[in-house]
Formats: sequence, structure tokens, C-alpha cells
Amino acid sequence: MHTTIQYMAAENTLAPAVSGDGGQALAEDSRDFAGTVGDVTVANPAMTARNVNVWYGEQQAIIDTSLDIGKSQVISMIGPSGCGKSTFIRCLNRMNDTIDSCRVTGDIRLEGQNIYDKKLDVVPLRAQVGMVFQKPNPFPKSIYDNVAYGPRIHGLAEDKQGVDEIVETSLSKAGLWDEVKDRLGEPGTGLSGGQQQRLCIARTIAVSPEVILMDEPCSALDPIATATIEELIDELRQHYAIAIVTHSMQQAARVSQRTAYFHLGRLIEVGATDDIFTNPGHRLTEDYITGRFG
Amino acid sequence: MNSHSDKRVRTIDRVNASLAERYARERRFRTAGLAAVSLGLLFVSFLFISIVGNGYTAFHQTKIALEVFFDPQQLDPDGRHDYDALTRADYGGLVKASMRNSFPAVKTRQEKRALYAMVSSGAAFELQHMVLADPSLIGTTQAVWLTADDDIDMLVKGHIDRSVPESERRVDDRTLAWVERLEQEGALKRRFNTAFFTNGDSREPELAGIAGAVMGSCYVLLVTLLLAFPIAVATAVYLEEFAPRNRWTDLIEVNINNLAAVPSIVFGLLGLAVFINFFGLPRSAALVGGLVLTLMTLPTIIIASRAALKSVPPSIREAALGVGASQQQTIFHHVLPLALPGMLTGTIIGMAQALGETAPLLMIGMVAFIVDIPGGALDPATVLPVQIFLWADSPERAFVERTSGAIMVLLFFLVTMNALAVVLRKRFERRW
Ligand SMILES: Nc1ncnc2c1ncn2[C@@H]1O[C@H](COP(=O)(O)OP(=O)(O)OP(=O)(O)O)[C@@H](O)[C@H]1O
Ligand SMILES: [Mg+2]
Repeated sequence: MHTTIQYMAAENTLAPAVSGDGGQALAEDSRDFAGTVGDVTVANPAMTARNVNVWYGEQQAIIDTSLDIGKSQVISMIGPSGCGKSTFIRCLNRMNDTIDSCRVTGDIRLEGQNIYDKKLDVVPLRAQVGMVFQKPNPFPKSIYDNVAYGPRIHGLAEDKQGVDEIVETSLSKAGLWDEVKDRLGEPGTGLSGGQQQRLCIARTIAVSPEVILMDEPCSALDPIATATIEELIDELRQHYAIAIVTHSMQQAARVSQRTAYFHLGRLIEVGATDDIFTNPGHRLTEDYITGRFG
Repeated sequence: MNSHSDKRVRTIDRVNASLAERYARERRFRTAGLAAVSLGLLFVSFLFISIVGNGYTAFHQTKIALEVFFDPQQLDPDGRHDYDALTRADYGGLVKASMRNSFPAVKTRQEKRALYAMVSSGAAFELQHMVLADPSLIGTTQAVWLTADDDIDMLVKGHIDRSVPESERRVDDRTLAWVERLEQEGALKRRFNTAFFTNGDSREPELAGIAGAVMGSCYVLLVTLLLAFPIAVATAVYLEEFAPRNRWTDLIEVNINNLAAVPSIVFGLLGLAVFINFFGLPRSAALVGGLVLTLMTLPTIIIASRAALKSVPPSIREAALGVGASQQQTIFHHVLPLALPGMLTGTIIGMAQALGETAPLLMIGMVAFIVDIPGGALDPATVLPVQIFLWADSPERAFVERTSGAIMVLLFFLVTMNALAVVLRKRFERRW
């Protein structure tokens, strides 16, 4: 009861924010917003996003957001539902291209190359920036073929033996090798939910990406499977830049070194995870992580 | 506290009270469903019983046993076994002589003509086949089973009532007496009717077969399948996966849906105007029939294929795009294999529809009386349903059972095709 009243109060100060027309609400909200709190840059970025705006038709889902994704670290993105976390993360490998109404402006760079450049080919981009989705989505093929698919289409291995090696190392990195090594020919869809999600991670790392994007990778899993994946993310951090969207603040605290807080299409605050959770710099961040709304 | 528990009890009571009514409603619904299914089954079994009951005798044919003397004087006067001479020899005379020998009492010309009419006109060809296959028969006497005329066939099968007065019967008393004599001698038997499966159409029911129509149907379906499946799948993939959403694609979509509802005879008229009159393709040819049926089945297959493509979960596309597959790779490696069972089902439904189609084929001349079995897609041909239509229109009693027999063959093909659809679908599903 108490939180609800707080939430209503917060909403009042933000004008008709949550309900009603999104674009309108965001525009009015801008009075309250004086730029992202914290440093959006990192010393060693894998990707840099500058002044990104995203529209779905008339409705703006991301407003003027700048953020770096650091190498060898995990950045978690948190925020209330519908604030644009998925939208932002899907800009980073141009997955939004599949949505007809989606329009992106701004400058997103991977190793200095603007990924929204007209001349840029999305195929190598997506090989470099892999993605793990909310719901485990293995191909309805064998476990082996699931992992081997990426290396095959990109020609990453010379021969069958090379593919075998990639499959083994990827499954090992994803912590799945011991569980499936005797049944690589069985369908990937026959695994448990947690195993399927690790298979999807193995499939992503099989093409040796620079960056791995994860959109709520544990939301369909039980606590034990979640713990396994979290450990895995922590290990993968050594080799990859990882951006993870999560609804669990505990998870963000456990796996990430940096945390970004989104609210109504804006990046409100970003900083070291420890700082954000112990000493948030913006009132909205504080409200959110203390569980007052969202 | 008290009032609170009162309220709870009341809620449960209310639930319980409504429960009986809810269950009753479910029962009524189930009963209605069951009744509908039973009614459907009843009609289907009625259909099957009437068709099989009418048609199973078509698979038998009455034969007459005759002692035939292969007279060298008549067949091969110079004794050289010359193929042409043997082909042209008077086998009809041989049949007649044998009949006269079997019934020596028959004297007058009129009686003789009635006697000869008991044997089918095809009997002479049966003897010709025998002699050409084995010329050493010449000079010997053989017991041969020859095809009986359709009236005799009907009489033996009981389709002509022997008890009615002669004036109301197709077979007169004299012939009836001969038939009864032959029956007593065991010289009249019902054999498996191979001619029904190996002959083309004929004016004589006892010689008429479905081989021509079956071959015609095969050619037509082959043309239809070869054209309709690739075109429809390509169209569906393009519209579903590549085409931009704009007014033009909307227009195309609306038109495809409308085409599916166009009466099939219109496609026949179109085929007549375009393929025959404009492009000058031959009339009555299986090729034209196949083209017309392609036009007719395309919308069906396109709609089914698009539905199959739509039903592929978007998560699979995202997964493929996410590891860097191009759009085309995504479609050909993942989406299409998943959609294929649905596409195949649609195709087989379309093919079954094409197999049973009559009206548009009448328009392009496939209704002609064609005796020869077509040897290619350009030969004049007819198809099974049109053959059924032609026979159903014939006055002879013997064509009634042949009509039903042909329907049974058609149904057999349809059931086989549907079974094939199920098997194919199962096979593809198991692979994933
Ligand atoms: N395909 C789409 N078409 C139109 N609007 C969309 C589409 N996807 C998202 N949106 C809108 O964009 C805004 C941001 O959505 P997004 O999915 O990025 O939120 P999110 O932060 O990921 O939420 P959640 O935590 O619930 O996943 C929402 O207002 C949503 O309604
Ligand atoms: Mg989301």
C-alpha cells in the first residue's frame, strides 16, 4: 500500500508519464531531466553509442542516449518495464532493422566504425555483436548443429574437424559440454530451459563475437539455472564485452561492473555497479532500486 | 469474523450451485459435437456403401468358354506365319464359327445374329492377341474364355431381372435360354476384370476401361504439381519475407484471396481463351489441363504456404539473424524447412482438389471420347472425374457399375494422396 502511494506521487511530479501517449509524456518529462548522471564513457570501450534516438512510428522509445560498452566487463541495464532497455540493446546489433516502423538516429560505433552506416553490412556486424534472447530459442536441429551453424555460415573452420573443435570449446565455455557431449545429435529443443539458454550462449560465442548482448537471459529460468548462467557470464567477461538487460537488481549487482538505469526512454544514470546500488546519484534511480516503483 | 466466514460459505455455495449448470452445459456441448460427428460419419458411410455396393461388380467381367479351332484355312492359308497377314485375318469369323459349333441347333440368320451378340466385339481381338503371341496355336483347338457382351454380363450379375416379362427385359427369352444352358455347362464365369484397368474408353461397356483416364489424370497432375508448387512457394516466400508492405502488395494479397474463391469454370474459360486460342496449344491435351488447374490451385497453395511461413515462430528468425545469418540464409536454412510440412499439406490439398476437378476441363475439350491411352502431355486425354461424368451420362446399364467403379478408383487415389500428405508431414517433423 505504502509503495503505491509513493509511486503515484512520483508519477504526479512526472506529469502523465506512465499511461497515455508515450511521446507526449516524454516531452513533458524533459523538464525534469538535466542529462545523464555519471560518466557514460569508459577507458576501453568495445562499443560507443552517442545521442541515440529511436522511434517506433511516431512514438519515441529512446531519447538522446549516449553510452559506452566497456571491453572485458559486464554492463547491466535496469529500469521499469517499457523504459526502452530492449530497444537500446537491440540497436547495438541492428536487430531493430527487422521492425518496419523502427527508426534509429545517432552514432553507434564498433571499433570506430559507425554501424548504422549505409554501406555497412549487418551480417558481419551481427557476427561481431552476438545476442542472447529472453526466451531460449535453439534451432529445431541437433545440439551440434545449433552450435555449428554460425561457424559454418561464416566459414570459420576449414573442415569438419575445425567445426568439431569450435563446437566443443563453445559448449565448454558455456558450461554445457559435460552434460551434452554424449548426445550432440539429439535435438536442442529437448534440453531443459536452463540448458537451452546455455546452448544459445554457446551458439553465440561459437562465432567469436566482440560483444554479447543479453536481453533478460534468465527471466524464463529457475534460481539454480539462473545461478549457473550468472557464473557463466562472470567467466565470459574475460573475453567479451557483455551488456545484459535484467529486471533483477540482485542479478545486476552480482554479475555486472557497471550499471545503467533507464527511465521512460532516457538513460538516467550510469556508473560502477557498487556506487549505483549504495549511493545512487539521481532521485529516480534511488526510487527504483529501493523498490518504490517499477 | 463471523460475517466474513458467512460470506465465504456463501461464495462456495454459489460456486456449487452454478457447477451443476456448468457441467450440464459442457455435456450438452459434447453431445452436440458427438452428434455432428456421427451424422457426418453416417453420411460418409452411406456414400461409401452406395458407391461400393454399386461398383464392386465392375471389377468382375463375365467370360464365355468356347472351343475355338484356329483354322489354318482362315488364318494363314499360305502357312508362312506372316505377321501382317495374321494381324488382318478374320478372327471375328473364328468366334462366330465357334459359337455355331457350341449351339448347333441355331439355324436362321436372325437367330445366328442374336447368338453372335452374346460375345463381345472385343473377343475377336482377344483371339488375335493369342495368335500373334503364339502362332503355333494355328491348327489346334483350344478352350478359350472370351469376354461376354455387356447384356449377358448384366444378366449374370443379376442386374437384369430374369422374372419380368420378355417385353420389359433387355435380353429376350431365346438368349436367356442359351445363357442358362451355358451356366449349367459351367461355360459362363465371372473373372477379374483386367480390361477395366488396362483399356481406354470404349462404346462397349465390357471393353471400357479407366487406363486412359488414369494416365490423363497423371499427366495433368504432374504438370500442375511441377508448375504450381514452385511458383506458389516462391510467391509465398516473396510476399511473406521480402516484399515491402505497401499498396501494391496489399492489392496482390487481396487478389490472391479473391482468386481462391473464383468458380473453377472461369479458369477453364481463361484457359480456352489464353492457352488454346491465343497460344495455340492443342485442344484436349493434358498440358493445357495442367496449366488450367495450376491457375486454379495456385491461390490455395499460396495461402497455405503463407500461413505456414507466418506460423514459424519469430524467435527462430531472431536466433538466426542474431548469429549473423543473412535474411536469405535465415529463410532457406530455418524458416522454409519449418514451414515445409504446412506447404506440403497445402499442396496436396490443392492437388486433391485438382484431381477431382471437372468443370474447367470440360471448357478446354478434355471431355472428348478418347479411346487411346495418352502417351504424353500433348496427346488428347481425359481425366478420371470427366470419365466418370461421361459414363454416368451413358444409357447402358453396364456403365452404372463402371461409373461407381471409377469413382472407387478416384477415391482410392484421393485417400492415397491424403495418406501421403500425413506420412510426409510426419517424416519432416521427426527430422527436427
Ligand atoms: N515493435 C514495437 N513496435 C512499437 N512499439 C514498440 C515496439 N517494441 C517496443 N515498443 C515500445 O517501445 C517502448 C520501449 O520498449 P522496450 O521493449 O524497449 O522496453 P523494455 O525496457 O525492454 O521493457 P521490458 O522490461 O518490459 O522488456 C515501449 O513503450 C514499447 O511499447
Ligand atoms: Mg525488454
